[in-house]
Amino acid sequence: MKTKLIKYIVPAVLIAASVSLYAIKSNVGPVADKDNAGLKLPEGFGALVVAETGAQPRHIVVTPQGNIYVKMFRVRNGSKGIYYYKTDAAGKGTLSKSFGDYPGTGMNLKDDYLYASSNTEVFRYKIDANKEVLDADHPERIITGLKTGQHESKSIVFDNLDDIYVNIGVNSNSCQVKDRQFASMGIPGCPLLDSAAGIWRFKINKPNQTYKDGIRYATGLRNVVGLDWNQQNNQLFVMQHGRDQLHSIFPDMYTEKQSAELPAECMYALKQGDNAGWPYMYYDQIQHKKIMAPEYGGDSKKEAVGNFIDPVAAYPGHMAPDGLLFYTGNMFPEKYKNGAFIAFHGSWNRAPEPQKGYFLVFQPFKNGKPFGDWEVFADGFSAMTTDIKSPNEAVHRPCGLAQGPDGSLYVTDDHHGTIYRIIYTKK
Amino acid sequence: MNRVLTALLLLASISFCVSAQTKPKTVGAAPAASIARGALVYKQYCLACHQIDGGGVPNMNPPLSKTTWISGDKTRLIKVVLNGFPAPVDIDGESYTNVMAPHNFLKDQDIADVLTYVRNSFGNKGSAITAASVKAVRAKNK
Repeated sequence: MKTKLIKYIVPAVLIAASVSLYAIKSNVGPVADKDNAGLKLPEGFGALVVAETGAQPRHIVVTPQGNIYVKMFRVRNGSKGIYYYKTDAAGKGTLSKSFGDYPGTGMNLKDDYLYASSNTEVFRYKIDANKEVLDADHPERIITGLKTGQHESKSIVFDNLDDIYVNIGVNSNSCQVKDRQFASMGIPGCPLLDSAAGIWRFKINKPNQTYKDGIRYATGLRNVVGLDWNQQNNQLFVMQHGRDQLHSIFPDMYTEKQSAELPAECMYALKQGDNAGWPYMYYDQIQHKKIMAPEYGGDSKKEAVGNFIDPVAAYPGHMAPDGLLFYTGNMFPEKYKNGAFIAFHGSWNRAPEPQKGYFLVFQPFKNGKPFGDWEVFADGFSAMTTDIKSPNEAVHRPCGLAQGPDGSLYVTDDHHGTIYRIIYTKK
Repeated sequence: MNRVLTALLLLASISFCVSAQTKPKTVGAAPAASIARGALVYKQYCLACHQIDGGGVPNMNPPLSKTTWISGDKTRLIKVVLNGFPAPVDIDGESYTNVMAPHNFLKDQDIADVLTYVRNSFGNKGSAITAASVKAVRAKNK
């Protein structure tokens, strides 16, 4: 009897079990949460909460295996700076490990290394064939000694060679003699541009590089958090956070309403040597002009003088673009292919006017250039049904973006700590 | 109008002298007129960063409620307005990156009003700060 059981029944049960397991695996892909995790999405899309991190997730990367590395903005009371989540078939994440004692924003993956930035340095971790970090306690430090302060994020992206591009935001609003002070004028020949307010290029594989080992790839960019490499053009695209406080610094030149709308948050397509004009000018998306900054002789109308590039797209002021991603996946409908998703963290400097942003925008592209009007793709992060008067009212604030191997779009929220996954569910 | 102001200033300085002499003792409720004027100063010079609810901006501009910076030592608070505030700074366990510019261009009365307003708004309950106090701190400042 016993032998019979082992001989026939056990294999039969095992076969049945593996067949049903296979069925589960092939039928159950990521499943949208009942309420789409509170997000408002175009028809056919769904969303789920992958994880509640309990921290402040900034930039994020998804491995070919569908697992997630995410950089935490702050480390507190022994918490770590990088979280690694494994995801199940339904898309839910489980924290597998956390490591790194430094805060920061930058997180990216290339070949055999995971790259992460603090607010002053960039590290890389060797990973194995499953994209698992091999020695979490001993990363290689590839860049060090970068300036920080306000605009501290060091976002990172790669080209198709062995270069890494790092944003170095400037510790200033508009290069005034006294930062953010009423009526204070600009410092002549703004000295901050030598080591900040630009994108620097370094090598991905050289240890301990400092400013002298890199090149200032582009300048005149006050603060960039969202950036991505456009594979169609083989070109770097960045989102600039425009300057604040036109009204409170120059109340005679700008009304509160003008100051809420201006200047534009700009998308730039960069070439080596480009100058986007900060602090000498800003882009006015209503006049469609580069306007001389009031700190440097402007009056809200005078056009900028100098060899400054134009943005390729402009968005309302102060919405704070913290994530940029060119969509190259196959899951979403054709119109999204090679277009840009932008995560707008949400404004604060529009007060007392209602705040704006706190959503994901889709910017259509054609032949590597913005084509047509941008649209709100995912809204509802704030969970507000009325105007947002203060950033503290928003429950979630979108920040980092990543594309999964199946074409899902991942979004971090660095306020409440949620990681979302947006999927296309229509067959 | 000028006479009212002078009277108010006189009153303020008298009450300052009195409170200075009688030291800690509890001070009466903050005058409504000062709070009302302070609200206007707040809107013009503070609201852009500290927001309509005094909640500040996470990671950037500190909140003005539930902190001893507002409810505590008045001299320290007056100095924040006169000298500004450096950044990055950690306050009550949170980091803030945006510098606060010195607001020493504001008149003593404006600073007194706005601080009295803040100390009695956003869930705060504090005694008034007088123009005379501001004047005294300004005189000893630097």
